[in-house]
Amino acid sequence: MKYSYYPGCTLKTKAKDLDIYARSSAEALGVELVEVKEWQCCGGVYTTAQDEIATKLSAVRTLMSARDEGTDLVTVCAACHNVIKRVNDDMRNNEYVSTRANNYLQAEAPYAGETRVIHFLELLRDEIGFENIKKAVKNPISKKIAAYYGCLLLRPSSVMQMDNPENPSILEDFIKAIGATPVISAYRNECCGSYFAVTDKSIAKRNSSKFVDSSEKNGAEMILTACPLCLYNLKQNGGASVPVVYFTELLAEALGVK
Amino acid sequence: MANLNLTSENIKRISGVDARKCMRCGKCTASCPNFEDMEYHPHQFVYFIENGKLDKLLESKSVFKCLSCFACVERCPRQVEPAKLIEAVRLTVIRQQGANHLLPDEIPAAIDEEMPQQALVAAFRKFTK
Amino acid sequence: MQKIGVFICWCGSNIAATVDVKRVAEAALHEPGVVYSADYQYMCSESGQTLIKNAIKEKGLTGVVVCSCSPRMHEATFRKAAESCGLNPYMVEIANIREHVSWIHKDIEEATEKAVILMRAAVAKVNLNQSLTAGKSDVVKRALVIGGGIAGIQTAIDIADAGYEVDIVEKKPTIGGKMSQLDKTFPTLDCAACILTPKMVEAASHEKIRIISYSEVESVSGFVGNFTARIKKKPRYVNEALCTGCGICAEKCPSRKSKNEFNEGMDTRGAVYIPFAQAVPKLAVIDPTACIKFKTGKCGLCERNCTAKAIDFNQKEQIIEEKYGAIVVATGFNPIKLDGLEEYGYSQNADVITSLELERLMNAAGPTGGVLLRPSDRQHPHKIVFVQCVGSRGLRPCDKPYCSKICCMYTAKHSMLIREKYPDTEVYVFYIDVRTPGKNFDEFYRRAVEQYGVHYVKGQVGKIVNDGGKLIVHGSDLLMNEQVIIDADLVVLAAAIEPDPTAKSVATMLTASIDTNNFFTEAHPKLRPVESPTAGVFLSGVCQGPKDIPETVAQASAAAVKVVGLLSKDQLTCNPCVAGSNELLCNGCSSCEKVCPYGAISYITKEVRRGDFRRVAFVNEAVCQGCGACTVTCPSGAMDLKGFTNKQIMAEVDAICK
Repeated sequence: MKYSYYPGCTLKTKAKDLDIYARSSAEALGVELVEVKEWQCCGGVYTTAQDEIATKLSAVRTLMSARDEGTDLVTVCAACHNVIKRVNDDMRNNEYVSTRANNYLQAEAPYAGETRVIHFLELLRDEIGFENIKKAVKNPISKKIAAYYGCLLLRPSSVMQMDNPENPSILEDFIKAIGATPVISAYRNECCGSYFAVTDKSIAKRNSSKFVDSSEKNGAEMILTACPLCLYNLKQNGGASVPVVYFTELLAEALGVK
Repeated sequence: MANLNLTSENIKRISGVDARKCMRCGKCTASCPNFEDMEYHPHQFVYFIENGKLDKLLESKSVFKCLSCFACVERCPRQVEPAKLIEAVRLTVIRQQGANHLLPDEIPAAIDEEMPQQALVAAFRKFTK
Repeated sequence: MQKIGVFICWCGSNIAATVDVKRVAEAALHEPGVVYSADYQYMCSESGQTLIKNAIKEKGLTGVVVCSCSPRMHEATFRKAAESCGLNPYMVEIANIREHVSWIHKDIEEATEKAVILMRAAVAKVNLNQSLTAGKSDVVKRALVIGGGIAGIQTAIDIADAGYEVDIVEKKPTIGGKMSQLDKTFPTLDCAACILTPKMVEAASHEKIRIISYSEVESVSGFVGNFTARIKKKPRYVNEALCTGCGICAEKCPSRKSKNEFNEGMDTRGAVYIPFAQAVPKLAVIDPTACIKFKTGKCGLCERNCTAKAIDFNQKEQIIEEKYGAIVVATGFNPIKLDGLEEYGYSQNADVITSLELERLMNAAGPTGGVLLRPSDRQHPHKIVFVQCVGSRGLRPCDKPYCSKICCMYTAKHSMLIREKYPDTEVYVFYIDVRTPGKNFDEFYRRAVEQYGVHYVKGQVGKIVNDGGKLIVHGSDLLMNEQVIIDADLVVLAAAIEPDPTAKSVATMLTASIDTNNFFTEAHPKLRPVESPTAGVFLSGVCQGPKDIPETVAQASAAAVKVVGLLSKDQLTCNPCVAGSNELLCNGCSSCEKVCPYGAISYITKEVRRGDFRRVAFVNEAVCQGCGACTVTCPSGAMDLKGFTNKQIMAEVDAICK
């Protein structure tokens, strides 16, 4: 199984763990991840405005290069995934955006959303299968873990199509696959406060702590996430007293490749 | 701000959203995780835009309080997509010269060792032009 | 050569404001065969009809074209007028210059040109029209009612009281439908069972009514006055003639894990069970998916304990075939599934329930014996939140675009009953609009607010989460411009209602049409609301659109009147526009026989010329419905439809393209 792989800038700096353990786990599971050549930052957030074309171009370039490789594109950072998947949807379904983006890029073959974008979690669930991961686990993680989805993996569900946006199970199923026990907490699919970590910490604090408090009240010994900014907010602003870790790190640990 | 040409039509063009689909249920505001910090709430954005009363939105800090978490978009039964309307108003504001909401000078004081790059990139995308 | 009169209606300003009617009348005079033309303000009025009649008599017209509204509106009117002065009604044609022209065009020039063209096509057709005589067909004096809820029951009783035989086919083991699950009914708060049970018993004991329960209509053939239905009777594994309904079997059954449908799955029942105490017919039924005997071959406890010897594990499915003159659809509704609306957390929290579940939790025969206890821990809830419009009035794939109509009233009822019985309970109702059109309805809702102190909050709920056992309801209060957060013990969702899933297959079977929401379509939304566009098929209850009990019963009786009107006739006038085969051209290929949906075509051997015996198609004119499928299928052009012959249609097309 060979995939194009988009790490994104945060995974090369502050969130190295999310990247490194994604790669080592993939290798252990027999999946080849080929890093997209000369990738650029996805832009961090998707711009919803119709007339914002330039902010979508870097994502289009990534999508095109996966298309040219003839492989599906795997992302692992929730924010990159959200941006790239939504831009891909625009290129497929929004003629206004796709025409202008293609005019600007002047590529030999215009891009029409051909690439299939999947998140690393979807790779685990749909391509490898949680059952097979369960079999590959060497060190079961015997902990009670609360999964934090945040908003980016799930919404808008019509585009992201990962899971039921209000009652998701992909992370809980993952937690079960690595031998741990999921703890369902309130607000697991609500926003952590996101980029307000920069401009208004009180907002980030209020939003993150709701989930953290609920998780700790429910007896979680650990919190799991797929997004560097969520991880930061839950830790720094949510005041988590239990470890907050990337799902890839736990996967690598379970597979014995950490 | 008078020359902004901020009409409902413009907002509709930028956002791709038809505010007239709203049935005034307030589910957006019920869902908004940042309700407390907003002077005008998602349902008011929709209603003001529908009625062409945009001055208040334009002058309010509320445009910089939306988390873009899309809870309102996901839950709106009428598919109005309030977050897209708010983004269109915010863009109209920051596209003016000198209207950036976040300045590079403010960054050193705002960050710490742990803060991911993603936070800065995202904040600049949302608050500056 | 025909002598044709052309009559152009103004329809007040409906047509005349957009079409230059004088010009159409003038243009008509240049068409072949036209000897007279006139325009008039209201052609359908008494004086308009007189104008046509006088022209027929005075000018000796042999054909008439009326340029007016849709033939669905007034074709019959004008044909009757023509017939009254001796002209064969099938010599009258309508050119629809209202729906097809004036209502959809703005430009007078364009509209007038199109009106002239449509007039010309109709004249071309009339030039080739021939007098047609309608045949007669017999009416089977028995009606079929599909569905045994309050709608089906009421329709059946009314038809039976008029003296006609009725069969009710109900797919569940008992009749009674959704109403049997309700506790009290608005706006009078009488107990649902108290008013429904007598109706159920009346239906069961009526000498003209046969209840075919636990059965489904599998196929229907035929036409108005003469349908044939095949009814599949599922095996109950209980002999209906022997079972006394004593319930010993259900008591003894060791399998107790099946969800009890009557209580919305909030308690369990045995594999053999009687749906509820007032079930009609009161007979046991075995659910083979739960029965230990069926699964392992061992048990048979019910069989040993049944003193009536009614248990029959070998019972097989049965097919009943019966003829009917009329069919009534009363297939009812269900609350929608809530998987797509998980922001309300229905599947994640035991204490988030639907309104129908609440009915059971408040009913004496319910899982809690009528004491309101929340499902998770069987404690009294002290703070209850009702959420209205759950899945109604929305555009997402999980939503229904329509108002479900009954929720505002039953929520007012629920909140009032709870405040009456448990005054220490705080009740909140989140509403978008309170819709209470109906006699004594708004007064009823106001009582909930003013007399019972129910907190009505204008706004919708956005999210319900479970935080350590408490349900945190995030709602909005639009009048306060606030977000309200309530920690509730119980949340009740007013789930939208949708047509029963069988509606689609029943509609296909009956060639009756349904709309995009799977509600049955009326023959006319205002003037023929209880008839389907398919002759002989009538609509009763929610299958046609959301409605409450009084409306359902009114519509059920209306449908019954229509059925009785039909069954009271010994014979029906057939449509003379039926297919006919030109035996000289027919090559006996059987193509037409295969496509005929009514079984009207058979093949006979006939001497078409002296000594020339051939196998040719024969159309039973009493059975043919004039759909035209055979005429387009016939490879040799032998099949033709009277009144719509290939020649006539080509003449119309030529006139349009001229």
